[in-house]
Amino acid sequence: MKPLVEVRDLCKHYRRGEQIIPVLVDINLTIFEGEFIALMGPSGSGKSTLLNLIAGIDQADSGMLRVGGVDIAALSESSLADWRATHVGFIFQFYNLIPVLTAFENVELPLLLTALSRRERRDHVDLVLGMVGLQDRMAHFPSQLSGGQQQRVAIARALVTDPTLIVADEPTGDLDRQSAEEILDILEHLNREVGKTIIMVTHDQRAAAKAHHVRHLDKGVLNDHDAAPPRTTA
Amino acid sequence: MFFFLKLIVRNVFRQKLRSALTAFGIMVALIAFGLLRTVVDAWYAGVDAASASRLITRNAISLNFSLPISYESKIRQVDGVTGVSSANWFGGVYISEKNFFPQFAIDAASYFALFPEILIEPGERKAFLHDRKGALVGRKLAKAYGWNLGDVVPVRGTIYPGTWSFVIRGIYAGARKNVDESTFFFHWDYLNEKLKAIKDGRTDHVGIFFVGINQPQRAAEISGAIDRVFKNSLAETLTETEKAFQLGFVAMTEAIVVAIEIVSFVVIGIIMAVMANTMAMSVRERTREFATLRALGFGPTYIASLIFGESLTISLCAGILGISATYPLVDYVGAKFGTLFPIFVLARETVELALAAAFLVGVVAAIFPFWRALREPVADGLRSVG
Repeated sequence: MKPLVEVRDLCKHYRRGEQIIPVLVDINLTIFEGEFIALMGPSGSGKSTLLNLIAGIDQADSGMLRVGGVDIAALSESSLADWRATHVGFIFQFYNLIPVLTAFENVELPLLLTALSRRERRDHVDLVLGMVGLQDRMAHFPSQLSGGQQQRVAIARALVTDPTLIVADEPTGDLDRQSAEEILDILEHLNREVGKTIIMVTHDQRAAAKAHHVRHLDKGVLNDHDAAPPRTTA
Repeated sequence: MFFFLKLIVRNVFRQKLRSALTAFGIMVALIAFGLLRTVVDAWYAGVDAASASRLITRNAISLNFSLPISYESKIRQVDGVTGVSSANWFGGVYISEKNFFPQFAIDAASYFALFPEILIEPGERKAFLHDRKGALVGRKLAKAYGWNLGDVVPVRGTIYPGTWSFVIRGIYAGARKNVDESTFFFHWDYLNEKLKAIKDGRTDHVGIFFVGINQPQRAAEISGAIDRVFKNSLAETLTETEKAFQLGFVAMTEAIVVAIEIVSFVVIGIIMAVMANTMAMSVRERTREFATLRALGFGPTYIASLIFGESLTISLCAGILGISATYPLVDYVGAKFGTLFPIFVLARETVELALAAAFLVGVVAAIFPFWRALREPVADGLRSVG
């Protein structure tokens, strides 16, 4: 397997007045293509920041970060936006759907940045909404869908451009247990059957159990060794 | 493109009440702007209607002093002069002081020759010229007081004492939109005869001379020549173009006109602030959505099209509605003003200015929210709570 994400000596800090607050300290991490990684740790440990850096929506202060062989820290803002549109699929805790767009239109949104025709866009959207089991909810607005259904729309949106990497920030954090299970099953399916590389930030042991590897962050420091996914009882 | 237009329209209707109130505010502001500009235009209507081929000669001391009628033949002899007519401001009261309209005693035949923009039916023209007590009134004035041909109109003199009776013999129309149709004309001979009868010192005097010239570009030269003829006489003259003469009247009330003009632009400034506030709130509430769009790869152009598109949709729709509503309102207010403002119409320039103001409001209101939406780091925007 080829390495997809390579992180070397990555550092990030925030400045509050005169005070410098380290968020990530000398992070070293390699994620291979087709892996499903869970990042765990207490609140404020820096796991979402690390995810944002890998996804190209935040900037590190020092260190090296390559995704798919591309040094994303060296990209300009507009190149980085283009890179994200092609290579990264986002899944957020609160779904982040556009409330005035239907499920279909929300999923179609990232395809507007591609050269696909309207018909091709429709075919792609139909396919991914079918994969998450929402063919019959295409014309519904987010407010007409349950939390689990909204997150499935968000997964479809993340998948529709066929990205190299899917980043999920607490994807089950706002869901009931049953909906969370459904979402995790979809992510597991995407990893196993479709071969998608997934990096997931979670507090949930059950969610982490779906991953191949679990990495723990504490006060901005990544544990040296991989942890085996925790065993849970359903 | 269609997708984004759809998204812009749906965003406009997301907060229906807020968008509607903002649009209503812009509408009201543009109606106020249109009305105020129309008042200013009405003030300058006489200036705009002035002919370049006419001069006005008056007493050099002031308009309150008259000139001997004998000057007419001397003015006629000046090189470049094609015709001369005269008029006296009458300043009478019809029933009560609130019924104001301009009244002039004129030398009708020469006056009509110099003012081709006054259109009269040949029959009415003849009837007016042959009736010494006849009066010629503008269409707007006749309509305002319900006068018809043959009606007797009593006017109480204030400058020239006594009650004067006139018979309406003609109703004129303007050849152009900016011709005053609210003036009351009668024969100077009738006025002069009555003054003679009471041995009034103003007998055989006129207030002003209208001077027709064949070459407007020689206006200054001819004006100078006329004034030189009467230099060192008992009544020296001051000759100027009709436009300069009208501007002299406007200058007396310039402070009011300037104040109205300032207020008309202040109104636009206020609504700009209101619209900017609406857009700032709207964009602030959607910080996470914009951050999501940026995370998905949408660049500044897309974000700008959404924010400016929404702002311009509200302001331009409100602008078009506001301007549409201004037309009937100007007609209504013009009718209420009666003969105070003879020309009270919404000018094309005012409509264009109002549309430009609506566009400007839309653009300016979106600048700060757009700048703020782009300045916010994506990661921070994703954490924001709407």
